[in-house]
Amino acid sequence: MRFYEYEAKALFARHGLPLGESRVVESAAAAREAFDAIGGPCVLKGQVLSGGRMKAGAVKFADTADEAAACFEAIMPVEVKGQKSRSVLVEKKSSIVQEYFAAVTWDGRAKQPVLVFSDMGGIDIEEVAETHPEHVSKTHFSSILPLSPRIAKEAIGATGVSGSDLNRLTPIIFELMQIFLRYDLTLAEINPIGKLENGRFVVLDGHVDLEAEARGLHGDLLEELGIGEDETRQARPPTDFEIAGARVNAVDHRGVAGNVVEFDGNLGLVIGAGGGSLTLFDAVRKHGGKPANYCEIGGNPSVSKAKELTKLILAKPGVERIAVMMNVVSNTRVDIVARGVIAGCIESGKDPSEAITIFRIPGAWEDEGFKILEKYGVEYCDRSVSMYEAAGRAVAKMGAPA
Amino acid sequence: MSILITKDTRFIVQGITGREAVNLTRENLDYGSQIVGGVTPGRAGRDVYGVPVYDCVRDVVKAHGQIDGSIVSVPPRFTQDAIFEALENGIQLIVVVTENVPRREVAQAVELAKLRGARIIGPNCLGMISPGEAKMGGIGGPAANTRQAYSKGEIGVMSRSGGMTTEIASTLTNAGMGQSTAVSIGGDAIIGSSYAELMPLFEADPETKAIAIYSEPGGRMEAELADWIRENDSRLPVVAFMAGRFMDEMKGMRFGHAGTIVEGVEDTTAEKIKRMESAGISVAERIEEIPELLRKRLAEVS
Amino acid sequence: MPGLFIDVKVDPEVAKDPEAAAKLAEVCPVNIFRASESGVEVVESELDECVLCDLCLEVAPGKVEIVKLYEQK
Repeated sequence: MRFYEYEAKALFARHGLPLGESRVVESAAAAREAFDAIGGPCVLKGQVLSGGRMKAGAVKFADTADEAAACFEAIMPVEVKGQKSRSVLVEKKSSIVQEYFAAVTWDGRAKQPVLVFSDMGGIDIEEVAETHPEHVSKTHFSSILPLSPRIAKEAIGATGVSGSDLNRLTPIIFELMQIFLRYDLTLAEINPIGKLENGRFVVLDGHVDLEAEARGLHGDLLEELGIGEDETRQARPPTDFEIAGARVNAVDHRGVAGNVVEFDGNLGLVIGAGGGSLTLFDAVRKHGGKPANYCEIGGNPSVSKAKELTKLILAKPGVERIAVMMNVVSNTRVDIVARGVIAGCIESGKDPSEAITIFRIPGAWEDEGFKILEKYGVEYCDRSVSMYEAAGRAVAKMGAPA
Repeated sequence: MSILITKDTRFIVQGITGREAVNLTRENLDYGSQIVGGVTPGRAGRDVYGVPVYDCVRDVVKAHGQIDGSIVSVPPRFTQDAIFEALENGIQLIVVVTENVPRREVAQAVELAKLRGARIIGPNCLGMISPGEAKMGGIGGPAANTRQAYSKGEIGVMSRSGGMTTEIASTLTNAGMGQSTAVSIGGDAIIGSSYAELMPLFEADPETKAIAIYSEPGGRMEAELADWIRENDSRLPVVAFMAGRFMDEMKGMRFGHAGTIVEGVEDTTAEKIKRMESAGISVAERIEEIPELLRKRLAEVS
Repeated sequence: MPGLFIDVKVDPEVAKDPEAAAKLAEVCPVNIFRASESGVEVVESELDECVLCDLCLEVAPGKVEIVKLYEQK
């Protein structure tokens, strides 16, 4: 879950990282006030989650309060990779003599955090790594052994930085490493860290991603930053349909049913599990079907959860019928899902035998599940019909009048 | 032969009185696995389908001697502690079923496991099965369903998706191809054992003649596997099924597992397919193509 | 009222026994039984959640019946 720059900086401020004076503003008048309060030249930065702000024109410089107001007006309509700014950060402009890069992230291969440092900050780090590998260091560190500043020192020193720069950067980078682990981040990046004319350092921009699974562990921080539970911070904001799906899933802890992503087709998908959903979504599209949604059923959801998910999808405008499909299931139970989707159809005022194009969930408790499906006249198939074929049958039925 | 688990593996279930754990305990016992005890703090003295329950792992070890493995099926916030408890009581093989465990906690558990010389499978997995021998975890479901999907044979199966482990095995079984061991390795960004880390075990198992894997967008695990095969000149032909091709058009959106998100070029299915094929891995577009591709590859090596 | 798929019937003798009630409430993984001092109550809203684990049948042999309504004509 990505943080906006101002949120990342609020987190950094909690831990004493050096930051320029700044204010978040939501109007041109407030931008003017912020400029006056800060006093002197400012940089105004649109608050968006996607990168490439400078290039898109969402970062501007102001030497007067009038200019600050004008910059605000200019930044707000700018789209950065499809997203508009939610606000603007007005920050004191610093004169920088050199820029550095530091980031901590997880290396899934090494299964450890890795600290990436470069004395060539401000530009694309992957490009620096290609063209000037000696200016980029990658240092893995333990997530259980005592964390100490020497790791930061070695990482910085490995790029040739020495003298007072080394000694001043070390505590900043060490703090970043601690923040990374303490808040369950998947990315803690400062780019750039600027060296001022007086030899001190200042954090100019920050990227922070907090792991979605760890949100519950950091309720205090999220509350302090004003990040609501419905904010998923994915590549695009969630739709109402997706928010409703998340609520269905959050009702109880039993299994997963509800993580939906909205599409604009007419075939509702009640599919699972993680890998099965990806496979089935590909298959429906390959057959020319138009999915109304992506979703996942996983683990062993309760009957009521499967029911609510079904109701949600059937209530989506444009959804004519649903297809209920999964891979051969082990821990998800065929009978439990069958009960849930049938109850969901009935409570939606629909005949399950009409509303369900096909039920393809073989596996655990299938005999029991098939009995239920037969009772309600729902078309089903067992494992002898592949996921790909089942998706084809669902799509073919959509061609016929409902 | 098989890898990781045989009918002689003695294991416990941590969190044995929970809804999922009760289920998998019955299923594992029915399949012939040896579950010697279970742990739920505060529930000592109970039993679950005849398996005695203890308050802590130490007490199980005291009562039953050395234990080979443990299935951890406890809520996310207790998972790391449960793994630590298993590790510090000398358990060498830990299957973590729980999902939604933050990766810091997983990484810490994996690091301790390494220090203790132990292996973690998962988290967010269904465990593993050596067909005809034993299974450890919910893989395959009830014993009767498990026997329907899994059969003894020569194909090693590994999958980031628990469900797709059984789908692939079931497809192989229907095509008359049995499995040596099938491992659901888990779908999270950090897991105890990756494809590449399990390959040496399959490589050393004379019964395993080929490998089938399930693959999806996100992460570097396929690249790691491709590197391993190249560097070790593996004797085993590998066939991969690649799901989630639609995700290449949807960067930054997370679908399915925590590890399934396209962030960079390397995470896309197109790039993964290219990498795997360049290491000699055959990539199937549909599950039902896997048996045919395996037969072809097996005919080439024999 | 039964559920759409499942009904649970408890022998009236057992239903009034607080000890049996406590046992039923403890073993049921989906909270279909609610125990009180006067005995056991079947929670109708949870009936369809029954996972057919048979644990209630084990603690009260012959005294609890699980009815699969979808098996009836």
